[in-house]
Amino acid sequence: MTTALAHTPLHAWHKDQGARLVDFAGWSMPVQYTSIVDEHVATRTAASIFDISHMGRLRFDGDNAASFLDHLLTRRVTDMEPGQIRYALLTNDQGGILDDVLVYYLESPHGARYFLLVVNASNRDKVIAWTQPQLAAFPGVTMQDRTTDTAMIAVQGPAALEIVDPLLDSPAASLKYYTGTVTRQMKKVCIVSRTGYTGEDGCELIVKASEAIQVWNNLLMAGRDRGCLAAGLGARDTLRLEAGMPLYGHELSEQVNPFQAGLGFAVNLAEREFVGHEELRLLREATGNQRRVGLSLTGRRVPRENYSVLCAGQQVGHVTSGTFSPTLNKPIAMAYVNTANAESEHGLDIDIRGKPTPATLVPLPFYSRNRK
Amino acid sequence: MNPEELFYCETHEWVSITDEGGSKTATVGISKFAVDQLTDLVFMELPEPGTEVAAGDEFGEVESVKAVSSLYAPVAGKILEVNHDLPDKLETLSEDPYGAGWIIRLEVSDDSALENLLDYQAYQKQCAEED
Repeated sequence: MTTALAHTPLHAWHKDQGARLVDFAGWSMPVQYTSIVDEHVATRTAASIFDISHMGRLRFDGDNAASFLDHLLTRRVTDMEPGQIRYALLTNDQGGILDDVLVYYLESPHGARYFLLVVNASNRDKVIAWTQPQLAAFPGVTMQDRTTDTAMIAVQGPAALEIVDPLLDSPAASLKYYTGTVTRQMKKVCIVSRTGYTGEDGCELIVKASEAIQVWNNLLMAGRDRGCLAAGLGARDTLRLEAGMPLYGHELSEQVNPFQAGLGFAVNLAEREFVGHEELRLLREATGNQRRVGLSLTGRRVPRENYSVLCAGQQVGHVTSGTFSPTLNKPIAMAYVNTANAESEHGLDIDIRGKPTPATLVPLPFYSRNRK
Repeated sequence: MNPEELFYCETHEWVSITDEGGSKTATVGISKFAVDQLTDLVFMELPEPGTEVAAGDEFGEVESVKAVSSLYAPVAGKILEVNHDLPDKLETLSEDPYGAGWIIRLEVSDDSALENLLDYQAYQKQCAEED
């Protein structure tokens, strides 16, 4: 039996373009339109637009909404100012990662203040099921799943803001990194945020589902002379990997705690309580079994997910994501390795289909843009 | 080579057999469809000449940014020649998959596996279903 895949409001466009479509977390999504490398390079050198409407968008309203989210998330929410966005984790009672999310604090044009949680597509149902029963303890807080009545488009790359801004009432260039605002595009309400998942400058737009195709076409038109391409999930993955960003289901899971994952910066334990707080306080003091690291290889063979990391022939970890980096022109991988091997000078190998291939520990990210 | 006159494995290798005085030689490559599906090729591993392979044996691999694919021998034989130019010029595989993009030549020891291969029409049908 096959379950029908969900379609984003831009699905027909992807199909018309001959995009290669795959099942991603129950959504029919474009992996690539032409070539992953071309779309990747366009993002690093010019700009690209991504349909990321599959990401879950949950809206929280009510006077207690800040306290409610503060109770669930590893970052403080109660001190957020309108316009602020934070990267945070949703953890379970054991301190395992349920999801990594962006929490937006926004103000509507009518002055209503609310929170938006942008969650991984693969975790949307789980996050709703986790969150819903906990609402009862916070009277007046409501949660609405806005995923299907909105669309989300990422515009990323050095030319991204020049492309977007003529279309917006309030320019994205005036936003600081990790802030957002409710503005208008072509007289229609939209949310713009200075965020992304590629390691480039840029922004993400949330618009009504019915307006998605018009916004998409306007962006492509505006970007045409600047080398802007539509890019798929294939390039999104190679871009985020170069940028050292973890992906849930690969680097992150309920079996991984934030400190092992290198996400200690996203855990604020001081003078607050939240689900998983006590366990995380203990875990922070402990030296975890394994840690997330970056590995760089020579040659052209690509380390893939679940390949073993070896030290002197013994398995000391496993690869969680790997690719051939288009920007660095070499194979790279993220892996979890035993803490003792995460800083050691002893050489590591990755078992690439039976061939131990030398791999060098390198600091994450693999790539970071020149910030102006 | 004319793709319409070749035989194909379900795993997308093509083969062409020439018979010179009773000694059969097979030229093997991968189809345009396979190359297009892979896109963004980064690596290719080729066997050493002299290696004996049975039909269906893995004789090499081709790797793209996204995935790695094994190459399988369509018929049994001894590898006579390997296209050593390919790994450094992977674009040849997409530019001329049925000509300069050939991968290996085999001295055929047993071509009974040919019966199980697809002709052009049948292969096109398989590709249409996979796409």
